[in-house]
Amino acid sequence: MTSISRADVAHLARLARLAIPEDQLDHYAEQLDVILQSVARVGEVAAADVPAMSHPVPLLNVFREDIARPGLDREAAMAAAPAIEDDRFRVPRILDEE
Amino acid sequence: MSLIRDNASVLASAIAEGEVSSEEVTRAHLDRIAAVDERVHAFLHVDSDGAIAAAKRVDAKRAAGEKLGPLAGVPLALKDVLAMKGQPTTAGSKILEGWIPPYDAAVVERLRAADIIILGKTNMDEFAMGSSTEHSAYGPTHNPWDLDRIPGGSGGGSAAALAAFEAPLAIGTDTGGSIRQPAAVTATVGVKPTYGAVPRYGLIALASSLDQVGPCARNVLDTALLHAAIAGHDARDSTSINAPVPDVVAAALNADVRGMKVGLVRELSGAGYQAGVQQRFDEAVAILTELGAEVIEVSCPHFEYALAAYYLILPSECSSNLARFDGMRYGLRVGDDGSRSVEEVMALTREAGFGPEVKRRIMIGTYALSSGYYDAYYGQAQKVRTLITRDFTEAFEKVDVLISPTAPTTAFKIGEKVDDPVAMYLNDIATIPVNLAGNCAMSLPIGLAPEDGLPVGLQIMAPPMGDDRLYRAGAAVEAALVDRWGHLLIEEAPAL
Repeated sequence: MTSISRADVAHLARLARLAIPEDQLDHYAEQLDVILQSVARVGEVAAADVPAMSHPVPLLNVFREDIARPGLDREAAMAAAPAIEDDRFRVPRILDEE
Repeated sequence: MSLIRDNASVLASAIAEGEVSSEEVTRAHLDRIAAVDERVHAFLHVDSDGAIAAAKRVDAKRAAGEKLGPLAGVPLALKDVLAMKGQPTTAGSKILEGWIPPYDAAVVERLRAADIIILGKTNMDEFAMGSSTEHSAYGPTHNPWDLDRIPGGSGGGSAAALAAFEAPLAIGTDTGGSIRQPAAVTATVGVKPTYGAVPRYGLIALASSLDQVGPCARNVLDTALLHAAIAGHDARDSTSINAPVPDVVAAALNADVRGMKVGLVRELSGAGYQAGVQQRFDEAVAILTELGAEVIEVSCPHFEYALAAYYLILPSECSSNLARFDGMRYGLRVGDDGSRSVEEVMALTREAGFGPEVKRRIMIGTYALSSGYYDAYYGQAQKVRTLITRDFTEAFEKVDVLISPTAPTTAFKIGEKVDDPVAMYLNDIATIPVNLAGNCAMSLPIGLAPEDGLPVGLQIMAPPMGDDRLYRAGAAVEAALVDRWGHLLIEEAPAL
């Protein structure tokens, strides 16, 4: 049913933010193809009129009383940050320069 | 008494009676870890100072005449997927190397409140993706029954810690069998509670609709005591069930299956199951019959498709859950040299921080959720999930519990399946249906396969919130086997 190409892997990797090296694309293509062929079996089940199930328990919004309570303090929240500037998370540029 | 071989309930009584201190018990386990863990590699991190300090607090409480809980002062091994304040928590991944959580998971809070002593964090397949613990970024754990073999996964570290007598209690998590299959291949006991029975707050998510925290020990009663300590509603988990926890401890002490209706799942034995696994399973069926249970065969026709549905649903959920590991607020960051954009840094960080199995599953999930493929893959898998759940519902109209072998084979050799994902996935064939439906299940040891001398597990499954049935049936089978052998199977594990 499926046949995953090297270009497909590169596309999936880009969507998933994985910088997969060029020389590994073929190996992943081969493995993903085998996996997808085996899971494609779900298509054999006649289930057109069966409702989809996302979760074993009903998913309901759960509310608590609207009472202020302490959260993590800034020092604890920032302690594991890879880079900090002025008490904020410093991140690489998010826009192109031009 | 033996401080490292006795069961948790025995140790807790001895501590409560003042026959031994929690500090002595804790030090004995730390010494054991120091002596054997270089070979077993069950632990990623041992918190000796924290464990001894906690043990001293329990001893002080006892000296002050405070009433202690049923497992107070007993050491435990914690799977490294649960946040523990002030202690490294990696989920077996390089992307979280060095991360120190600023808070405790709900389960960790409850363990501390029960005065259980946390010895350290146990090894696991990266983000709980695997059935062998070989996908840990920190190297594999070795099965104490044969150090060349896998201890199961993803919770191989917790199961190996029990089997190597490094801890009498452990916590695991089970998304597709990660508590039960390691229990089966190490001759220990493990329970995946009903979905929503144990809060997931502070559990690093793999697949949120499948993940469940659960208890592990060397016998059924200890497992029940630990289950009772961690189960119950928590408002911080929106899927936590707000209902009384079934009395699992009373059920474990009851151990009576007379009149219990037991369903043997036709689709979960026979072809594909190792001969010695099948033989021990057939003997367990005979034991249940001798004990007065009524065993009948039931069919769950859609279980045949459970593996395929699971390996679409899980990757889909994990591809979304693991998007949070982007190197911005915590964890690894790679390539941030000022020249690269945030997207490039994220992609380099995730490439460097995730192992191959994690990347495969993220890409499969990305594919299954993408436009044009969603209906045929993720959507169809969700429908099959409904059919599998209906199979269970129909079966539980006829019987109280269902049984099968826990895993199709005994422990395989380290390295044997590590680069063959589909062969690895087949280990979960009998455990996965329970996670898809949200039921509960136990694995307990039922003997050694004659052909290789390695442990075999019996899986008992019950409907949601029927966790007590697992303990009633499991304790009855265990008692019958102890009668036959004169000891628990784990006593036959080779000395390390």
